[in-house]
Amino acid sequence: MADNLARDTRPVAATTAAPMLEVKDLNAWYGESHILQGMAFDIRPGEVVTLLGRNGAGKTTTLKSIMGIVGKRTGSVLFEGAETASLASNRIARLGIAFCPEERGIFANLDVRENLLLPPQVRPGGMSVETIFELFPNLKERLASQGTKLSGGEQQMLAIGRILRTGARLLLLDEPTEGLAPVIIQQIGATLRRLKAEGFTILLVEQNFRFAATVADRHYVVERGKVVDHFQASEIETSVDKLRNYLGV
Amino acid sequence: MFELLGISPQALFGQLLIGLINGSFYAMLSLGLAVIFGLLNIINFCHGALYMMGAFVAWFALKHLGLGYWPSLIVAPIVVGAFGMVLERSMLRHLYKLDHIYGLLLTFGLALVIEGVFRNEFGASGLPYGIPPTLSGGQNLGFMFLPNYRAWVIVASLGVCLATWYVIERTKLGAYLRAATENPTLVQAFGINVPRMITLTYGLGVALAALAGVLAAPIYQVSPLMGSNLIIVVFAVVVIGGMGSILGSIITGFALGVVEGLTKVFYPEASSTVIFIVMAIVLLIRPTGLFGRAH
Ligand SMILES: Nc1ncnc2c1ncn2[C@@H]1O[C@H](COP(=O)(O)OP(=O)(O)OP(=O)(O)O)[C@@H](O)[C@H]1O
Ligand SMILES: [Mg+2]
Repeated sequence: MADNLARDTRPVAATTAAPMLEVKDLNAWYGESHILQGMAFDIRPGEVVTLLGRNGAGKTTTLKSIMGIVGKRTGSVLFEGAETASLASNRIARLGIAFCPEERGIFANLDVRENLLLPPQVRPGGMSVETIFELFPNLKERLASQGTKLSGGEQQMLAIGRILRTGARLLLLDEPTEGLAPVIIQQIGATLRRLKAEGFTILLVEQNFRFAATVADRHYVVERGKVVDHFQASEIETSVDKLRNYLGV
Repeated sequence: MFELLGISPQALFGQLLIGLINGSFYAMLSLGLAVIFGLLNIINFCHGALYMMGAFVAWFALKHLGLGYWPSLIVAPIVVGAFGMVLERSMLRHLYKLDHIYGLLLTFGLALVIEGVFRNEFGASGLPYGIPPTLSGGQNLGFMFLPNYRAWVIVASLGVCLATWYVIERTKLGAYLRAATENPTLVQAFGINVPRMITLTYGLGVALAALAGVLAAPIYQVSPLMGSNLIIVVFAVVVIGGMGSILGSIITGFALGVVEGLTKVFYPEASSTVIFIVMAIVLLIRPTGLFGRAH
């Protein structure tokens, strides 16, 4: 049901609004290595957009640059019209952007409850803890466990769940399905569709375009630190060969 | 039984008390070191100098401002803690990404500078600081005489240590601290001002040292070298407990004070080295310390 809702509301809302996030000529470095080389894309409010690309293409670096946690970055990242490219990461988070890292970032020194409640509220209207438990019932049973004692799937749910409380409206999710069993991937897919239906805007990094196709409105292909191609959800089926070629699968 | 061992109960309990007193200071100082090391990744070698500053602030406040012991318990940690935060903002923060050795060298240098300045101003001999009148005298417990001030130091230090442990392990603020110890980048990306938290944490660790200094002033004399005499032992305590473990430093601090005291009764020749012997044994068996986790 949530699926239908998500699909029906998409095109109209998505194509008319001003971008929520606009990335222009973004460059980033790790030490001497110039990783992002003129990254550019945008996301409109309520959209789910993916960055697809091979290992090392610069997808994670793009999310980290938006979040302000790479060594050095230049260019422009506009969030709701405001320039964030020179802000510290805590300031960026306070604007309403939340990050779920590829390695999940569950804290071993904190139990599950503390992990879940750690990110501070940055805006009003975050999801209630009850709703998060409804999305991820497993978490409720493991509240007193040490964070890193959870299974990989549960850790991913915790990593997503904890940023839903914050009131952030733009979620940056880095490969949330990586290394997980098919049933868990389905559960995460359903969750993302539900989040979209609730109006969250999501920038999703994926290598698995089959999964990405089930949740996203648009897809950007990243290669060597920049966007090299762009597909609407409706174009995926007719572009499978091209995508396979880009992703090397 | 005491007669059998040729030891008088007075001597035994007297040394036990001294052990607990020393343990109180070991615990408070190593606790601050553990908190600082955990978040800042810095081995704060000037901790002893800051402890000494705490005692001097109390002495100075009494002599020149007429401020007594009780207000000093609050004022000295604030003054020295603020001084620590200035050190952190101006110097330490440049070292976080570098190897531990740089932080150790800088803070070691700072310790020498601070102690040098105080020695220049006040000479090397101790300055007296009286026991507050409310805590003079003592209790005759039958088997020993317990001076009130010493009992207070043990209780106060235990209270401060447990309160610190509670804040770090059981509160939201402590959760931020533990999380930032593990992954400061991510905590900051959640919206927490981690640099400010680091400054305040250093200030807190330093304030603990200063508080220990005030508590120590009436027991030991106030002298520029009081910290450097103590800090070597405290570092051994930290190594035994495990770098960065909160509860570990508290338990180890008190326990080693007691071990030292008991050694004075049973084998006085070893009393000044026993902690280092324990350290060597612990390092051989558990290199990360009794309560430490591998980094
Ligand atoms: N901390 C770092 N220091 C130096 N180089 C790095 C660092 N992190 C990533 N890189 C390099 O930057 C490039 C882009 O890495 P990034 O993690 O953004 O790729 P990715 O698209 O997310 O790949 P994956 O699909 O494997 O996660 C790679 O060549 C990688 O080796
Ligand atoms: Mg990546």
